[in-house]
Amino acid sequence: LSQDEIDDDVWDEIEEILLSADLGADSTFELVDTLRERVKVEGSKDPARVKAILREELIELVDPEFDRSLAVDVSGRPAVVMVVGVNGVGKTTTVGKLARVMVAKDKDVLLGAADTFRAAAAEQLTTWGSRVGVPTVFSDVEGADPASVAFEAVDKATELEADVVMVDTAGRLQNKANLMDELGKVKRVIEKKSQVDEVLLVLDATTGQNGLSQAKIFSEVVDVSGIVLTKLDGTARGGIVVAIQKQLGVPVKLIGLGEGPDDLAPFDTESFVDALLEE
Amino acid sequence: MFNSLSDRLTATFKNLRGKGKLTEADIDGTAREIRRALLDADVAVPVVREFIARIKARALGSEVAQALNPGQQVVKIVNEELVGILGGQTRQLEFAKQPPTIIMLAGLQGAGKTTLAGKLALHLKNQGHAPVLVACDLQRPNAVKQLQVGGQRAGVPVYAPHPGVSSETEAATGDPVAVAREGLTHAQDKLHDVVIIDTAGRLGVDEELMRQAADIKAAVNAHETLFVIDAMIGQDAVKTAQAFNEGVNFTGVVLTKLDGDARGGAALSVASVTGKPVMYASTGEGLKDFEVFHPDRMARRILDM
Ligand SMILES: Nc1nc2c(ncn2[C@@H]2O[C@H](COP(=O)(O)OP(=O)(O)OP(=O)(O)O)[C@@H](O)[C@H]2O)c(=O)[nH]1
Ligand SMILES: Nc1nc2c(ncn2[C@@H]2O[C@H](COP(=O)(O)OP(=O)(O)OP(=O)(O)O)[C@@H](O)[C@H]2O)c(=O)[nH]1
Ligand SMILES: [K+]
Ligand SMILES: [Mg+2]
Ligand SMILES: [Mg+2]
Repeated sequence: LSQDEIDDDVWDEIEEILLSADLGADSTFELVDTLRERVKVEGSKDPARVKAILREELIELVDPEFDRSLAVDVSGRPAVVMVVGVNGVGKTTTVGKLARVMVAKDKDVLLGAADTFRAAAAEQLTTWGSRVGVPTVFSDVEGADPASVAFEAVDKATELEADVVMVDTAGRLQNKANLMDELGKVKRVIEKKSQVDEVLLVLDATTGQNGLSQAKIFSEVVDVSGIVLTKLDGTARGGIVVAIQKQLGVPVKLIGLGEGPDDLAPFDTESFVDALLEE
Repeated sequence: MFNSLSDRLTATFKNLRGKGKLTEADIDGTAREIRRALLDADVAVPVVREFIARIKARALGSEVAQALNPGQQVVKIVNEELVGILGGQTRQLEFAKQPPTIIMLAGLQGAGKTTLAGKLALHLKNQGHAPVLVACDLQRPNAVKQLQVGGQRAGVPVYAPHPGVSSETEAATGDPVAVAREGLTHAQDKLHDVVIIDTAGRLGVDEELMRQAADIKAAVNAHETLFVIDAMIGQDAVKTAQAFNEGVNFTGVVLTKLDGDARGGAALSVASVTGKPVMYASTGEGLKDFEVFHPDRMARRILDM
């Protein structure tokens, strides 16, 4: 006996899958409405077909056509990458992993430890530098001015004719105005020396709806050009990036898949969506 | 989306004012608003479902029907239920009859364990205890150094026989279980009455590392195992809390980064699925940014009231 229409249970299940992936109520309800409309127009009665349409819609929403390349191929000067985000998301680790990727592409890389605040942050970055075989510029002075260290790193990279300089910054919560001002200053001071080519916002995949506010405020302050979604090796799906990409137009460029030097990968829309929908 | 729940409930209740008795349809609208607020606050879907069912049942009962203002009565019920799940009365650390009291910290990567270790050390020292910190994260680059700095700032010694991963020792070596065991012996020798063990961050799905955490706990027979969780976490809170609960059977929860603007629905999720109390809140990067957890404040925060 075929059903006349899609059961409410199916809609509930879809809603639950999306909510559980941290898509958020807004995006979820919107998506389910779109889906209901399409299903009505198509007149489909098969739950499997509904899920196939959902996958299609999600892929379109996440957008495979987005330019997710890193702007690090500049000539005549080092490309400058700044890495920013709230506390503990994986910024320093991402700098290390990304340096590894660049080194593998035969680029000369330099790291700048502009987290002068957190205990052992500069040491942590330096360890990553030696792991992947690149030098790190840091200050011996506890609580040194992060903008100065960042400037010095870019200056040094220019002097050494490096291809890329990556500046790690201290974690800060986006509601802390003074710390956000400080971050803005780090960028402005670097810009006295060079253009900043990439500002990567690191976002922890376990983050819930607060991720949107992180992306908004960091974008306001330092004009984020790409997102790195870390800790996708756990059970979290990172669905908040769907709303972030849509509302702010900032693409996810890279994903973090572990704590090792090779655990960084390009973002792939279809795999992301499939993981999001996995039961 | 940015309307607070109280705004939205006020709007919903405007239509109900003076009705005296609420119908099931009235309650449905209210329940939808509450559900939405909880989801926006990152409360886990299954927890929301259960919660709403309980609210509905109570809202249809006589306490609401007989209330002068049914709307306010519903708000009161929601608040009561939230505080109930969050623990009502908060629990403090329990000290062992035979010192030293052993406190182990566990949680996901980056949650705030090492920072908390320093805070707890200072807090206990200020209460007249003689704590020692034990560096069992031999994996994250320079975690040992980070803990040493925290200990130094708190004026509390750190037992760190192994340097862990650093620029001289780039690969993970050393046995965290052995360090924990030796740390306990060291504490007994030096007459420390509290031992705080910092461990590496680990994922709920990482069976090997979860077993390691359980081994550390068993090796020292920890009295308190605190599950440290970031207030910004979303729906993953349930799976993670369950995994750590099964893995190390934690005795309490510490919610970190509450100085941010996340609503912190995870507090409700974790308390609800594990039944374990949230004991402390971490509210900044400084050593003193640490306080006893207040369920009533948290309830208001989650509901944005
Ligand atoms: N499982 C997993 N862990 C990760 C990933 N990226 C980083 N981590 C871990 O997350 C923790 C925090 O990483 P950091 O790189 O120190 O984060 P951060 O953003 O620099 O932190 P702060 O500078 O303190 O704000 C460390 O234990 C890392 O090993 C990832 O993709 N997967
Ligand atoms: N704003 C704020 N930051 C915090 C809080 N607790 C910890 N942090 C920061 O969060 C980041 C991670 O803290 P850690 O203590 O290194 O976290 P962890 O759990 O030990 O991390 P791993 O050992 O890598 O798993 C650091 O930048 C801390 O300064 C808090 O309550 N508020
Ligand atoms: K985190
Ligand atoms: Mg860092
Ligand atoms: Mg740590």
